[in-house]
Amino acid sequence: MNAPTPSREERELALKGMGFARRRTEDARFIQGKGNYVDDVKLPGMLQGDFVRSPYGHARIKKIDASKALALPGVKAVLTANDLKPLKLHYMPTLAGDVQAVLADEKVLFANQEVAFVIAEDRYIAADAVELVEVEYEPLPPLVDPFKSMAADAPILREDIQDKLEGAHGRRKHPNHIFEWTVGDGPATDQVFATAPVTVKELISYQRVHPAPLETCACVASMDKIRGELTVWGTFQAPHVVRTVAAILSGIPEHKIRVIAPDIGGGFGNKVGVYPGYVCSIVASIVLGVPVKWVEDRIENLSATAFARDYHMTAELAATTDGKILGLRCHVLADHGAFDACADPSKYPAGFFNIVTGSYDIPTAHLAVDGVYTNKAPGGVAYRCSFRVTEAAYCIERIVDVLARKLNMDPAELRLKNLIQPQQFPYKSALGWEYDSGDYATALNKAMETVGYNALRAEQQQKRDAFKRGETRELMGIGVAFFTEIVGAGPSRNCDILGIAMFDSAEIRVHPTGAAIARFGTKTQGQGHETTYAQIIATETGIPADMIQVEEGDTNTAPYGLGTYGSRSTPVAGAACARAARKIQAKAKKIAAHLLEVGENDLEFDIDRFQVKGLPEKSKTMKEICWAAYNNVPPGMEPGLEAVDYYDPPNMTYPFGAYICVLDIDVDTGSSKIRRFYALDDCGTRINPMIIEGQVHGGLTEAFGIAMGQEIKYDETGNVLGVTLMDYFLPTAVETPFWETDHTVTPSPHHPIGAKGVGESPNVGGVPAFSNAVIDAFAHLGVTHLQMPHDAWRVWKAAEKLGLVR
Amino acid sequence: MTNEIAKTKLSMTVNGRQYTAEIEPRMLLVHFLREHLSLTGAHIGCDTSHCGACTVDLDGRSVKSCTIFAVQADGSQVTTIEGMAAPDGTLHALQQAFHEHHGLQCGFCTPGMIMRAHRLLQENPRPTDEEIRWGISGNLCRCTGYQNIVKAIRAAADMLASPQRKEAAE
Repeated sequence: MNAPTPSREERELALKGMGFARRRTEDARFIQGKGNYVDDVKLPGMLQGDFVRSPYGHARIKKIDASKALALPGVKAVLTANDLKPLKLHYMPTLAGDVQAVLADEKVLFANQEVAFVIAEDRYIAADAVELVEVEYEPLPPLVDPFKSMAADAPILREDIQDKLEGAHGRRKHPNHIFEWTVGDGPATDQVFATAPVTVKELISYQRVHPAPLETCACVASMDKIRGELTVWGTFQAPHVVRTVAAILSGIPEHKIRVIAPDIGGGFGNKVGVYPGYVCSIVASIVLGVPVKWVEDRIENLSATAFARDYHMTAELAATTDGKILGLRCHVLADHGAFDACADPSKYPAGFFNIVTGSYDIPTAHLAVDGVYTNKAPGGVAYRCSFRVTEAAYCIERIVDVLARKLNMDPAELRLKNLIQPQQFPYKSALGWEYDSGDYATALNKAMETVGYNALRAEQQQKRDAFKRGETRELMGIGVAFFTEIVGAGPSRNCDILGIAMFDSAEIRVHPTGAAIARFGTKTQGQGHETTYAQIIATETGIPADMIQVEEGDTNTAPYGLGTYGSRSTPVAGAACARAARKIQAKAKKIAAHLLEVGENDLEFDIDRFQVKGLPEKSKTMKEICWAAYNNVPPGMEPGLEAVDYYDPPNMTYPFGAYICVLDIDVDTGSSKIRRFYALDDCGTRINPMIIEGQVHGGLTEAFGIAMGQEIKYDETGNVLGVTLMDYFLPTAVETPFWETDHTVTPSPHHPIGAKGVGESPNVGGVPAFSNAVIDAFAHLGVTHLQMPHDAWRVWKAAEKLGLVR
Repeated sequence: MTNEIAKTKLSMTVNGRQYTAEIEPRMLLVHFLREHLSLTGAHIGCDTSHCGACTVDLDGRSVKSCTIFAVQADGSQVTTIEGMAAPDGTLHALQQAFHEHHGLQCGFCTPGMIMRAHRLLQENPRPTDEEIRWGISGNLCRCTGYQNIVKAIRAAADMLASPQRKEAAE
């Protein structure tokens, strides 16, 4: 007797498809200490590299003497720019169309810049040898303040491109100028501002921060001279791009290069770019013929690779007296440090900052961004955000609050009045984007109801009164942020990196027993791709997720893709995944029709099988179909069951959310107590609610860190300050607030499964929510803006300035 | 140049197994575990003993193995994440709970976090959420925001305190 067919519920449960809080398949190795991170890679004869770094922010290199280092037993070589010059590798191209010194060429341009690369038998000897390399410097005047970069008397930083008037993005106005980027209608915007009844203007700075994943950057390069093959293990969010860059730089044919991104201990944008450590390890391995490892320490990580933000945004809004926003004007001074190593699609020197009109129906807008050089580390990367979207969201969410104060309106009410309405989608923004879908007012109203917004405002008023009467030393702040992201880069018509269109890919191979392996061009760094991609395939094909192995990160096996950053995995590779799975399903259907001897049109798909319409007992399970794919296909059909899909998205996706933060500030200490943080996210179709919630918790914690304490600071001489975890604020479990999460679901109309991406939303929306809450606490005293980070000292200073401190 | 550093003899028990080695006295415990014993579960995240990714158990205390020389552990009992599962492969309650409650994402902090939580539950078998947060405050996580880690540790404490479990242990 046949076993009874399981119920539909049982089959759904066995499938673990989309919407299921599936526990993660990747956990097993991590909870047992069996992850394989780059520093775990150990090869026979492997050497260790370490950098000699600049103690100056700006100085001329007079002399490098490595003789003492080379005399140390165990030291194999010391590389300097002069060794790389004959190979034309002393500079490397950046993703932003600039070049960056691999090893300082005649001049150092930022503190801790790479000056020489020491290769030794182990990391202890390498560290000893670094101390023995003698470098003679002639200090030069440092340029630290970006507002002085284009001054007539500013020191010229980049002598290598001093005469190059034309940059990657047009004419340069000054030797320290990188680009000017303008979007929108300038004259029309000026006209709106000239006649508007109400205008506001504020300089809103988003400080220099660093993504600081717990694992620093690292790589192991291994050149096999016999086979002519180079293998590179590295902390790469985009391994295929690294392979292509390595081929172009080294001259080794691309098929002879294998790039492997093994397990990555968090990326958050830090691991998108190509760093001198990677290039030097590769060169050293080629020269010495043995594997070479390089691992950053934390000081190197925070001071040399991948800062983020450092945007100085002068924002203006024009409005009617009853709060209808008429126009936005914005100028950004972007501090890129010594080299423009920004990780943006080629045509967008300021990323997607032109999403700065936010979630509001603003008819007229103009944006200008000037990028400048300073004596600081190069960048900037997208720290858990899609290319400058965090900066844009912070800018608009702050200036809307400023306008609310001016109009004496409630900030939430002003937002509700200006939100783009559901019927306006697809919505064309004044700065050129087409928002795919949204139901903003529903989300904001839900958030306000859940937290009891009006009651909170009443309580705030009471508390202010009590403060005035001297009954409390606390002020209460309520921060509202409504953000719209633009993620999933992107359509090939406007998005490329080094000329490669920003598509992504999926390849699925189904085995005879009904198991499958799927490979992608993206690379998880903790996002749980091994779990969630399998869920998409499960729902689309009927193969249980537990029977699907997901692999990423090995360029020898994975299809070409542009990697994971900018929340692009689900919008782009997730779409390729669904489409490849549908190709599998389409072929499976033909095989099922053949097996059941019916027409394809007589069949319907049901969870894990095809059944004859109206005769559910007449069916073939996917397991049976998979077996048949290898021995009993319809005449004329190729055997096997596999599919590949390269997906070029028609548009970006636009996740959104409403966040509300409630906090209390002790004016005598400046410390803020987060009382409540509520985050409502709409990321369209939800693939795994458990993973979404985890992503939101993590992103909010990063936002908390940024808003309340993170800053990479430089002193006036160009020294970088506070670049250990003693000083750089990474919240512990003690400071981190409890997060309340919620959601609405507005699917993306153009994405195959309607998913929009979620990983970065909480960072984008979280920062303005915290910042607005801190500033709101002082709003009744006339405060319109305070610069981040809102650490206790800065908040105390603000309170002191207002005469509040006893 | 004469820079040869005299090596020191060392013996310690790691995860129940005896090891002896001759090493430079300046070698850090984390490098000894990772590079000599190939126990790569303990990770290095900061070099300044702030992040806790290298946390292991040393003679009944949590230590950050990047801030202690291997020779200081001479004659000691060390437990690392690799020693947490039972010999038959059964996962420790904390390992099960971290998986069940999504207490990890990139996995880099996880071995240190579990080792710290293990010692915390020895010190305080039924901690409150507040006590858990303070108890793991020497371990940083950049992915989870801690909420699910706290949940996982609480769940593990419940599991370890359940009567059946106690019986089984007796």
